[in-house]
Amino acid sequence: MTSAVLQTAPTGYSESVWTALLRNPSALIGATMLALVLILALLAGTLYPGDPLDMVAMPMLWPGDDPGYFLGSDSLGRDVAAGIAHGARGSLLIAASATLISVLIGGLVGALAGYHGGKLGDVLMRICEVFQTVPSFLLVIVIVAIGNPTLGIIALAIGISSWPTVARLVRAEFRTLREADFVTAARSLGFSDRAIILREILPNALAPLVVTTSILIAQAILVEAGLAFLGMSDPNQASWGAMLGSGREQIASGWYLTALPGLAIIFVVLALNLLGDGLNDALNPRLRRYIP
Amino acid sequence: MWRLSRRTLWQAIPTVIGILVLNFLLLRLIPGDAVDVLAGESGGASAETLIQWRSHFGLDLSLMDQLQRYLVQLAHLDLGLSPRFNLPVSQLVLDRLPNTLLLMVGALGLALAIGIAAGTAMATWVGRWPDRVLSLAVLLLYSTPGFWIGLMAVLLFSVKLGWLPNNGFQTLGLNLNGPAWLLDRLQHAVLPVLALATFYIALYARLTRAAMLEVQRQDYVRTARAKGLTPWRVVSRHVLRNALLPVSTLAGLHFAALLGGAAVTETLFGWPGLGRLTLEAVMSRDYNLLLGILLLSSMLVVLINIAVDLLQAWLDPRLQAD
Repeated sequence: MTSAVLQTAPTGYSESVWTALLRNPSALIGATMLALVLILALLAGTLYPGDPLDMVAMPMLWPGDDPGYFLGSDSLGRDVAAGIAHGARGSLLIAASATLISVLIGGLVGALAGYHGGKLGDVLMRICEVFQTVPSFLLVIVIVAIGNPTLGIIALAIGISSWPTVARLVRAEFRTLREADFVTAARSLGFSDRAIILREILPNALAPLVVTTSILIAQAILVEAGLAFLGMSDPNQASWGAMLGSGREQIASGWYLTALPGLAIIFVVLALNLLGDGLNDALNPRLRRYIP
Repeated sequence: MWRLSRRTLWQAIPTVIGILVLNFLLLRLIPGDAVDVLAGESGGASAETLIQWRSHFGLDLSLMDQLQRYLVQLAHLDLGLSPRFNLPVSQLVLDRLPNTLLLMVGALGLALAIGIAAGTAMATWVGRWPDRVLSLAVLLLYSTPGFWIGLMAVLLFSVKLGWLPNNGFQTLGLNLNGPAWLLDRLQHAVLPVLALATFYIALYARLTRAAMLEVQRQDYVRTARAKGLTPWRVVSRHVLRNALLPVSTLAGLHFAALLGGAAVTETLFGWPGLGRLTLEAVMSRDYNLLLGILLLSSMLVVLINIAVDLLQAWLDPRLQAD
């Protein structure tokens, strides 16, 4: 009987979520925009084979000057269109890995602090507070300076500086849910803490976490752009932030060099924020018409 | 109210110690030290000189000895010496602090004013065209890197139109006084403040809208309407005042983010503030300076959060009770 209840509850929940998502215009627009960027990132190698950092054209071609390089070229003769396509790959990869790191650390800390509470919870929240008090962007700069500005280190730095948001959210969810009837039931059936956390509480705490994840990815893209703008980017990897940073020198003679990567960043961050807003509307328990 | 702030201050002490130890250990992970950079820049130095320099700045001691020495120094309110500039860290930081504070207070003030006004408008006309138009504009602003808006503003107002300066915090070589000096400073501050504020304008507008929609559903708002208060009075006294609680909590939390974001804005506009000093310290492996900056900016964040607590106690007197 228990298994029957456990099986029906998630199905009804996810069906109502899917219909709510499909009826939500901002979620649909956001998902479509994000899909376009993902396709561009996946096809970057096919559309623009070869290294996007190679000098291939006359320097400072304006968009439209040469049909072969329809978005123009920068001061070193690199193809801007190739840079944008390959940059999509770099920016998304860094942002997704940073968010994964942040969700893993924050989820673990938040789950432990929220489920167990007590001394352990206090200590964990203190650590959380330390990370929230240090200006996070400065922390990112310091961590990137410790390692070298490679893709992995940048993702790690952004992840390390942004996990407290996740930890606080997960802790709040776990604190409410650990008193719920179905958790008491699972406990009285003799489930282990691990099983209760992973199989009972986590699926029910997932909704706000999904919303936060999409916003965290958007924030990570903005942080990466800022970091690359300061010159702290992987020199072997095309990225929108790095394009912005190098195009800044030619702001007077070729403003398209800063405008184009900027527009690319806005496009993908807007997509993620639209998706996040749509998910929030669809998953917010206060607004959701719950089907029992 | 003073009891409240004293309690918060006590609670902050372990946080500050945690920050100190975390930063200290983190900075020692950076490969190379200030003496390496100094030696590299002066085109090499003999082994004896390197040893002499290291012992001068205390870099030859063991990690724990260095930490202990730093803590003892700190107990005497001494942040140590910056190897890079050969000046006391406190002097360097205090020189730059007013510039950064000016930038941040300006940006935060602008963001709160515009953000709360836009959020109130959106919540008041929710679902109708002012809400839709503003929501779209705010979402666009929320998705745009502030420094990109800064760059585009530099292009338009400095390069094309020539109305505003795009570098530094005052015109060099001019000895201005009185109103002319103020005008000069203001002109230099407009673009950096705007570039730093954009993201937070959008953030506070979204927060205010969400918080007001939440509050509008409460019973006491219906009561206020039922007893015949004007719509303006209901919004300003009953809805907005309560909606400002979550907004002020997050404004306090964002202060740390704003301080970090200032690093990019300051680099973009050549603004001599803490953010740029941080970058210089990172590049020259100047741990003492970096540690001092991180420590002082964290303490600034703690102080701001205490101020936010006091503000909240004023907004909602019930919070003082516990």
